[in-house]
Amino acid sequence: MKRDFSELRLDHVTRRFAGAGGKAFNALDELTLTVRRGEFICLLGPSGCGKSTALNCIAGLMNLSGGSIWLDDTRIDTLPPEKRGFGMVFQNYALFPHMSVARNIGFGLRMRGVGAEEAGTRIANALKLVQLTGQAHKLPGQLSGGQQQRVAIARAIVIEPPLILMDEPLSNLDAKLRIETRAEIRRIHHELDRATIYVTHDQDEALSLADRIVVMKDGVVQQIGTPQEVYAQPANLHVARFMGYRNVLTLDVTRQGGDRIEVAGEGIALTGIPKQAVAGPRAAVAIRPEEMVLGDDAGGNVIEGQVANVEYCGRDALLDVVTGGGTRLHVRGAVTIKRGDAVRVHVPAERALVYPAE
Amino acid sequence: MREWVDKVWRNLLLGLMTLFVVNILLMIASVATSSFARRWLGTWLPDGWTTNWYTAAWKEFQLFDVLWVTVEVVFAVVFLALLIGVPAAYTLARRNFAGKRALMLLFLLPLMVPPITYGIPLATVLYKAQLGGTIYGVILANLIPAAPFVILVMTPFIEQIDPNLESAARVFGATTPRMFLHVLVPLLAPGILAASLLVLVRTIALFELTFLTAGSDSQTLVVALYYAVFAAGVRAPQSVDAMAMIYMLVTLVWLLIALRFVNPTQLVSRVKEHPQHA
Amino acid sequence: MADAMTVRVRQPFDRTLLLVLPAAAFMLLLFVYPFLYGLWLSFQPKDGGALANYSHFFTTDNLWPTIWITLRLALPATLINVGLALPIAYKMRVKSRYQRWVTTILVVPITLGTVLIAEGMLLYFGPKGWLSQFLQLLHIYDGAIRLTHNYWGVLISLVISGFPFAFLLILSYITGIDPVLARAAATLGADPWEQFRHIYLPLLAPGLAMCFCLAFVQAFSVFPSAVLLGSPAGPTRVISIAAYEAAFEQYDYSLASAIAMIMGFVQLVIVAAVLMLRSAFYRGPVVGGKG
Repeated sequence: MKRDFSELRLDHVTRRFAGAGGKAFNALDELTLTVRRGEFICLLGPSGCGKSTALNCIAGLMNLSGGSIWLDDTRIDTLPPEKRGFGMVFQNYALFPHMSVARNIGFGLRMRGVGAEEAGTRIANALKLVQLTGQAHKLPGQLSGGQQQRVAIARAIVIEPPLILMDEPLSNLDAKLRIETRAEIRRIHHELDRATIYVTHDQDEALSLADRIVVMKDGVVQQIGTPQEVYAQPANLHVARFMGYRNVLTLDVTRQGGDRIEVAGEGIALTGIPKQAVAGPRAAVAIRPEEMVLGDDAGGNVIEGQVANVEYCGRDALLDVVTGGGTRLHVRGAVTIKRGDAVRVHVPAERALVYPAE
Repeated sequence: MREWVDKVWRNLLLGLMTLFVVNILLMIASVATSSFARRWLGTWLPDGWTTNWYTAAWKEFQLFDVLWVTVEVVFAVVFLALLIGVPAAYTLARRNFAGKRALMLLFLLPLMVPPITYGIPLATVLYKAQLGGTIYGVILANLIPAAPFVILVMTPFIEQIDPNLESAARVFGATTPRMFLHVLVPLLAPGILAASLLVLVRTIALFELTFLTAGSDSQTLVVALYYAVFAAGVRAPQSVDAMAMIYMLVTLVWLLIALRFVNPTQLVSRVKEHPQHA
Repeated sequence: MADAMTVRVRQPFDRTLLLVLPAAAFMLLLFVYPFLYGLWLSFQPKDGGALANYSHFFTTDNLWPTIWITLRLALPATLINVGLALPIAYKMRVKSRYQRWVTTILVVPITLGTVLIAEGMLLYFGPKGWLSQFLQLLHIYDGAIRLTHNYWGVLISLVISGFPFAFLLILSYITGIDPVLARAAATLGADPWEQFRHIYLPLLAPGLAMCFCLAFVQAFSVFPSAVLLGSPAGPTRVISIAAYEAAFEQYDYSLASAIAMIMGFVQLVIVAAVLMLRSAFYRGPVVGGKG
């Protein structure tokens, strides 16, 4: 169990399951990823995409069907979980109900034979880090959800692991608590600077926490990039949809050339940037609601329509704009717009991302 | 090294289990073989086969009457246990009231205290009330462990039904009896079926209570079998074995039916099976 | 989340409570009353003072040793049953078709009941039975084996009928413990033995104690096996035989009640001892496995 490492390498990691009807399917398909020391990686995707499977494989709770996992020069996928030395925070916290907070946190230290005095100091420090000093003698059943979550985090970090694994730790908390605990996790990561692999289906969490995001679907990696890259330049339509590109228009390709592509249909004509090679006659244009701006623009890409629905959001409003051809667009606009207003919206060509039609 | 220990341990446990199961199967097989044997004295297999023992046993032990009594007792017990048990389970599942814990303890006791301990005072009381030795006494006696068992099996079933369903029925105009009939009973049907089958199987096998309260014409099959084995020195052992086989057949048939609907664990405990986590 | 039970409003009498009345009345009439009547009756002996039955029991040579004889059978049987059931149930905690088959097969001896087991054992374990012939064949033991009509016969039958019960009960407790707890312990460095020792065992302690008590109480009340498979006149003259004889052969209901009371009392003492032992060793919440 190394204290520090320079990289964790997943090399074509594959995990097969027998599905319904006896057909095998790949929950994880040739996942290849390198995690560097101190990096915060998010595995992001809908349920069933393989992110939890990946985490369980890294932790040793599941065997690989193919590929290997390396910690620097040591191969670790053949080791049982108790020999890998990673800290893990489970989705339902998995706190030992018969042990106090202090004993829960100290469990990993006990397994490593750390003496009582040193353990006591380290437990106290961990409690201070997660701001739970004073709760040491309570039982998990006496704590709130948020407090239990912090105990689970303390338990994982007190053993000073080279890598921390987190499996959707915030999904059982209510909205307000989720935002607060998210900030806590970010703060703790800055203080400890340990490599962390964090699994979630929430793109806001991924964007705010990660150094790099791994977007997954059906066991296959869709894109690996920084939050900025994944947010602004999604590699394919699935990532675009997942990251909030709510407007996806499938239109006919009219012209391709250089770094631009033109599409038209349903009474709309747009110029956009192809993110992938478009071969067929149809293409899908993905546009973020925030990047559809009300008003005219000399650069083109203007769409006319009528406001069909207004959702007041305080600072602005989410508008449903229906074009003459019946296409429904989602636009963020000023709060003064009313239902039935005729509007014109435009989007800059660089922000109209075009992908092959599905 | 640890893997080796683990393997040895696992094989040891497997070996013990197999030994256990195999011996039980062989035990049953010996009874079966003996019941069909013409004569069997200390050899591997008998020196002749016959089904005469079954007809002999049937006549000798008046098995028709005994079976009939068993049927009467068992079905009466199931019916009555459901009748008083299900409403009680409903109240315990849905309401909190003073003395609820004491009441639950009262219902739990007959299942924890072995039948012989309370059977003797019970038999004394029944004989004093002129019910001892009659089939009514036997039914009442067997009802004592049966009703609490129904309550214990049904309570988690009822707790599981969303109370909002009852509220919804009321909001849409159902009176209490209609709510019971149209909403609760259909939802409880699997639980009631499970409870009935469990009580049935347990009552067939329950020896001590019937033994202490039955008269010569109100014995259930298991008690009649006991007397047959007890007097085995006088009668031919093979006819006793034939009777034992009949008893076993009756029990197994109902057990297999029961197992279609319930988990084996529920036969012994009230702990409901927990959903498995991924 | 509807929680109708905590509404604290002065309500008219809840008629639903009446539903529990028939069952409660039945229990009181046919369980509590006979017990109290029996207790009272035990202090009304045929001749002598109030405690005459009890002193008679403890001074008669074929009566008071029955306590020790029964304990000599019940305690080892229970220890064997629970002691074997725990590791086997632990190995089978993962739900699989294997588990389902095994639990189904094990239910069979329970349902068959003690009388059939006794008859089966007389044949199979008897001096001319298949087991004896098998052992002779393998030259492990020549001559007739003596496993029936003695202490061993009764002990074996207690194990045959008691082990499945203990196994199924412990299995249901074990499967109620969330397996994610063991996985969490593994990521913290606990090997499988440590996972059992630190996670499963403490969480099982209350269930194990319960199982021991129930199994013991069942074994202590042994009756038909002791008569059919043992030698009821001497080495396996258990306390239930003494009670039965007093009631139905001597027609001394008072003495029979006294013996039944003594029987219940001994069971109570052992159960209380086990529960106290458990509290002494294990201090913690009696909760399920959910974190």
